Formats: sequence, structure tokens, C-alpha cells
Amino acid sequence: MTETKEADRAGVLIKLDFVVHQGTFRLAFRECVQARSIALTGPSGAGKTTVLETIAGLRRPVSGLIEIDGRILFSSERHLDLPVESRRVGYVPQDVALFPHMNVRRNIFYGQSKSVALVSDTVLRVLEISSLLDRNVAGLSGGERQRVAIARALMSEPELLLLDEPLAAVGHSLKERILPYVQRVRHELNTPLIYVSHSLDEVNRVSDRVITLEEGQVVESKPTHPVS
Amino acid sequence: MNPELLSVVVFSIGMATISTILMLPPGIALAWLLARGSFPGRTVVETLVSLPLVLPPVATGLILLRLFGRRGFIGEWLDRFGIDLVFTWKAVILAMVVMGLPLLVRAARNGFEQVDSRYEQIAATLGASPMRVFFTISLPLAGRGVVAGSVLGFSRALGEFGATVMIAGMLPGTRTLSTSIYAYTQTGQDSQATVLLVAAATVAFAAVYISNRLSTTSV
Repeated sequence: MTETKEADRAGVLIKLDFVVHQGTFRLAFRECVQARSIALTGPSGAGKTTVLETIAGLRRPVSGLIEIDGRILFSSERHLDLPVESRRVGYVPQDVALFPHMNVRRNIFYGQSKSVALVSDTVLRVLEISSLLDRNVAGLSGGERQRVAIARALMSEPELLLLDEPLAAVGHSLKERILPYVQRVRHELNTPLIYVSHSLDEVNRVSDRVITLEEGQVVESKPTHPVS
Repeated sequence: MNPELLSVVVFSIGMATISTILMLPPGIALAWLLARGSFPGRTVVETLVSLPLVLPPVATGLILLRLFGRRGFIGEWLDRFGIDLVFTWKAVILAMVVMGLPLLVRAARNGFEQVDSRYEQIAATLGASPMRVFFTISLPLAGRGVVAGSVLGFSRALGEFGATVMIAGMLPGTRTLSTSIYAYTQTGQDSQATVLLVAAATVAFAAVYISNRLSTTSV
């Protein structure tokens, strides 16, 4: 148990070394880091979302390797490309994409595996979702939508959680209300995450390493200055 | 309404209902493939599906007759199993399915195209298999298009004349609303033709009204 906790604190080994072509845009991403939470930052059009979509399996690299904690998701060398549904990578896109024909409960439990009854209680508690379960997703506020989307991704017990600018479209006060939930995901659920953001404050508060992208290239990778 | 006319109305609605049920699985599959899929020969499939919309129905009927007649490519094969299709109620259904399918496919395809593929992608990241994604995300979100297409397909099947007359004739047991209206008019039985006309118009109005209501209601 102690060893697990230690491992959780050290984070997981994330090996990302791939090339993606998207029209005329070329993304070459190369990083091998041991971290619990990585922030991905850079100007618009740098390729941040492309990195997340590639890890999630929504975009196919032309070559390279994607390995999370010893588990290979993609390897051009081994001709291995795990289908999206087998990757166990939770993805919360910028627009959150809650299923409009399902209520909050059905959204959250959509990807729940049978073995995670315990996890579901924890997720509901950490993200304070219980009171929202029977609500229609159309009636949720911006912050509630973000929390529900994060909860939905966590319920499928991902080995890695990808958050694409979850706070980009919300105001300062709402940001201050949602950030603690992301921090709790990081600290209490120990789910490794990659978090895309433009904000230095957010980056320092949710991640232990920051990678800066520019025009499809990694230009900097360094530890952050944690803010609790 | 006298029993003879009533039996024509009931027969036609029954045949159109069975035809609609039969055209749903291939229609939905084709609609989804054309909306989402990228495969060789896509344009050919697209054209073939739409062909009955632009061909004269009598010509479509003649093609069916050539294919399903006893000396036809498919008819000869069916004959070995003792299945005789032409000039029976089964031919009525065949004509209705072929003529109704393009409308179902067009409306359902439109429904699938309006589904944001983002939802399907996210469902996959949550561990859902492609089949589960289809039945829990794509189909429910395209539901209105599919229902509207089914209603249109049903209406087209109910009003089918040209292809039906070619492959099923106007025999007792194959007479539909359309062929009966034609037969009564030709034999000077205008009152019977008018009764069937009112019945056909009522069912068609209800179907198109439902279809319009469904297609204008947003998700």
C-alpha cells in the first residue's frame, strides 16, 4: 500500500514520441517524463489539442510511440495501434461534449466499468456531483458541465486523463471554483493527467511539469512551481 | 365504406407498414455508411440508392420484373426454393421497399450527418465499442431523421403505383390503394375511386405532417 502511494506520488512514466500530419500542419512531439500531472501550454495553433487527440486515439500519427506507464498505445515500429475504446485514456474536450440526449446520471455512468462502484462514490464526492445526477445536461451551468464531463471521464477508470483547456471559456470567479476540483482529482484520485492551458497560474496549480509547444514543436519542458 | 374498399385500405396500410419495417435495417445501415463511411465505390452506392427517385416508377418496375421474374436472374434462383414472387403480395412489398428506401436513406443520412461526431469519439474514449456507440449515441441522436425518413418511406410505399403495377399487377390480392383508384376510374366507378382517394389523402397528410413536425423539432 505504501509502495503504491509512493508510486502515485512519483507519477507515471509517459513516453510520447510521435509525428502527426494534419493538412499542411506538422506536429513532432517528443517527451519522456515521469510525472503525475503535465501541463501543455503554448500559443493557439501550436498543436496542443492535436497532442491530446493523438494520445486518445482520435488522430493517427504517421509514426512514433505512445506509451503510458509501460503500456503501449501506439507503436509504428511494432505496427500497434490500440483502438480508442481500448486505450483507457479519458478525454475531456474544450466543449465538454456532454451527450445531449442523456441526463447527468446517464452521462456520468456511460463508461463505468462494473468494478468501479467504489470509484464512483469517490468521484461523485470529490467533484460534488451527487445533487446533479437527475438534472438534464442542458440546464447545467458552465462549471457544472465541466465537473460532469470530468466525472464522466474518470468513471471509466482511465489510466490517463486529458483535459483540454477546461477553464478557457469560464470567468475568473468560476475558474476559482472549478480549479480546486481539478486539484482534488490530482491529489485524491491520483489519476495522472495532461492539462492544456494558456494560464500560468492554472499550470502551476494543477501540474508538476509544464511542456511548451510552438508551431508543432516542443520548445521547453520544465518542472512547475507548485501552488497548493 | 364497403368491405371491399375497406379491405383495399387495410391491405395497403399493412403492406406499407411491413415494407417500412423491412426497409429500416438496410436503410439505416446505408444512411450511416453514406453519412460517416469512406469506402471505394461510395458514389456508385449513393447513385444506385437514389436511382428509383429519378427513374420512372414503371421503368423501376420493369427492372424488378426482369430480375425477379421466373426467368430473371434472382427469380430463377428463388424458383429453386419454390418461392414465386411476381404477381403476389410479396411483389407488392418488394416494389414498396425499392421505391420507399431512397427517401428513408436520404432523411436518415441527413439525421446522421447532423450528429456531431465529437459525441461518438467521446463515447469511444469511455470504452464503448463501435456497435455500442452506434446504438447509444449515433442512432438516438439521428432518431428524428430516421423517424422522418420512415414516415416518408411509408408514404411513398403507400402511394406506389408504377412499379407495383409492373411486378404485382392489379389482381385480387395485390390491389393497393393506388392501383384500385386507377382500376375504379378506368371502369367508371368514380364513387369508389373517390372514397379511396379520401382515404389515401388522409393517411398521406397525416404521415407528411408527422414527418414535418419531427424534422423541424430540434434536439
